Amino acid sequence: MSEGGVVASFVVPVHPHTVLAPDQNPGWRNLRNAFDEAAHTIRNLNADLLIVYSTTWPSIIGHQIQADPKPEWVMVDHDFHDLGSIPYSFNIDEAFAHAWDDANRNRGLQSRCVNYKGFPIDVGSVVALTLLNPDNSIPAVIVSSNMYANRNETTVLAKSCLDVIKAQGRRAVAITAMSLSNRMFTDFIQPEDDKIHSLKDDEWNRKILEFLEQGRMEDVGQLSRTIHRQIRVQKVVAFKPMWWLSAMNGNRNDLTGQVLAYESIHGAGGAVVHIDPTPSGVGDKEYDEDDVEYFQGERGVLDSADEQSEDATPSNTTPEVSTTSSGPKLWDPVEGEDAVNTDTAPKPVGAYPHARRVGDMLYLSGVGPRQPGTNAIPGGPIHDEAGNPLDYDIKAQTQAVVNNVERVLHEAGGSLENVVDVTSFLVDMKRDFTGYNEVWAETLGRVGPTRTTLAIRSLPTPIAVEMKVVAHLPK
Amino acid sequence: MGKGRIVAGCIAPHPPHLVYAENPPQNEPVAEGGWEQLRWGYERLRASLADHDYDAIVLLSPHWQTYVGTHFLGLPHFEGLSVDPIFPNLFRYHYDMNVDVELAQAIHDEASAAGLPVKMMENPDFRVDYGTITTGHLFNPDWDKPLVVISSNRSTAYYSVEVMQEIMIELGKVTRRAIEASGKKVVVLASNSLSHRHFTTESEVPEDMSKEHITSHAMHLWDMRMIDYMRSGQAQRILDEMPEFTEQAIAESDGGGLSWLLSTLDVPDYPAILHGYGTIIGTGNAVVEWPCHAHEVSEQ
Repeated sequence: MSEGGVVASFVVPVHPHTVLAPDQNPGWRNLRNAFDEAAHTIRNLNADLLIVYSTTWPSIIGHQIQADPKPEWVMVDHDFHDLGSIPYSFNIDEAFAHAWDDANRNRGLQSRCVNYKGFPIDVGSVVALTLLNPDNSIPAVIVSSNMYANRNETTVLAKSCLDVIKAQGRRAVAITAMSLSNRMFTDFIQPEDDKIHSLKDDEWNRKILEFLEQGRMEDVGQLSRTIHRQIRVQKVVAFKPMWWLSAMNGNRNDLTGQVLAYESIHGAGGAVVHIDPTPSGVGDKEYDEDDVEYFQGERGVLDSADEQSEDATPSNTTPEVSTTSSGPKLWDPVEGEDAVNTDTAPKPVGAYPHARRVGDMLYLSGVGPRQPGTNAIPGGPIHDEAGNPLDYDIKAQTQAVVNNVERVLHEAGGSLENVVDVTSFLVDMKRDFTGYNEVWAETLGRVGPTRTTLAIRSLPTPIAVEMKVVAHLPK
Repeated sequence: MGKGRIVAGCIAPHPPHLVYAENPPQNEPVAEGGWEQLRWGYERLRASLADHDYDAIVLLSPHWQTYVGTHFLGLPHFEGLSVDPIFPNLFRYHYDMNVDVELAQAIHDEASAAGLPVKMMENPDFRVDYGTITTGHLFNPDWDKPLVVISSNRSTAYYSVEVMQEIMIELGKVTRRAIEASGKKVVVLASNSLSHRHFTTESEVPEDMSKEHITSHAMHLWDMRMIDYMRSGQAQRILDEMPEFTEQAIAESDGGGLSWLLSTLDVPDYPAILHGYGTIIGTGNAVVEWPCHAHEVSEQ
């Protein structure tokens, strides 16, 4: 499988005029011709996936990804219903949608797929897919624009998308369905009277397009907040698409841009822009904002009363160390041939050794965070003896696991440097992956063993993480 | 033909959760209940008006958002499937509704004469917004009265709350004039929440009421302040404080429904009846009735 990536990006306008009434105004025809040219370019690139980030699909509960393999309906615009109707039947890549949804959650984002007959695909997505993929030959995926998402979330949304593109080896085209300036005339106008709403809007639009034509995508992304203040009407969704599109292109300033058309649609700035990932050769110097990899914000911050309402349980307190005795009885480690056991590691919960040497290889039994001697769990147990869930610190638990691994390795005459492969088990991937991953990066991640992380339902003791470790330990 | 009149004016919020929780046959998802305080509030509202006959419902929905003028449903019948694009897991409702096109056209024409940009929506493929469907169902589950549906002009976004209010107060005046000229008895509904800051996460069971509460103390204070004005007959103060309320409570009054309603009711100075208050994913919602019929009687 070839390495996947974004083979092209496009900025396209959202209003239905380019589909329903291109010949009522020369500018709308110009935009339509640009759409057609973009569709031709996409076909010639042998793209196998279209990804639409649409500003006209707002969401509240995280980001939503369309996963109906064949959504069909008739779209009528809320404002421009007199232009007519757009029947649609799209080819959605359901598998990619679900993989992206998983990848979002792995990177800490709230996310979900939607697959419901009659779901109202938004006007921006309908226009984009109708014109860029007229024969539906290329599967597509559509993502919403979360009305509360900030730059970090929107950037991580793109990175999780790239994770899947690379994993699946896809030749993807990234599309933002958006206006530049979005102020329309608030009264009805004749098509021949259409123009950009104001000189200021026009000047800002041209500045944005100048940057895009120079391939300065990251600069446009970094100007997003300013652009929003200057030329955007505060509708539901702010000027976020450039954050997403910039991250989809590696936050670069040396792309190759081409403005195919720039015109007004009822006063708003509509443009069709082609961004080619080929380096333009102008260099890539810029001031970098923090390049976030995982979303670690707390979108549930306003849910604080949830915990207050559950004061019947002790879950509001996170003990540093627990001495809970819940769980199975403990065993002395089995003393077999080539077994490696140590009093500095916690006792097993069954009849097995801490580790066993085979030639130059050392195979460790599953290691958890329990402390030798006290059996305490740094960061706290995940539930009490009655099974009521407790708050706990995944970082503290993960660090304790690594420390226990190190103790067993030390007993065998080695260290963390000898670790070559790890399989990790998490009981709550969604909650804990990020924290676990941070500790990993600071410890075993510096050594560089291969790693597989699995979500499992539970572990024998009230812990959240366990590691199965293989080390290369020459005698 | 006698003079038309407004029987009652109501705030009738539209979160789809309320329909979801009720499990009507038209809605596909199934719930275990939830948001009873508001659903029972709607029951009390319906009971309050059960003995008062009326010909039509005039409704302004903030989820038919128009940026170019104010629009009116302009065909006599609409039916189809309404899927909430934000909560499709909760709301997939098969609707079948009639429109009082004559009254809609009359309000449209009166508004046009007053200089407001307006348009009749006459595309038969148009899908009615879920705000209209939700409020329509909760207020009149039998769907046996024709509706006049008015879009929400987003002038708050384009200009300011003050400009929005000027437009909506004018739209309210022409709505009242058109109703009076029609000879019909009408109920007017503003389909909107009060404070409108959502949670951005959803509990595993959406109707888990242990997770439901107002997003912040400030939102609660604003909601109670506005409800207190309603209950004490101080509608003018609501209009006066609308800019601050809309901004600080991120209120759904930004869509103009509340200002339009109060103007349509001629800015009532008599107490409104609070039938219910509750939160839905953190937003503040009240079911409120201004019993115009009672005050018309007392003035005779």
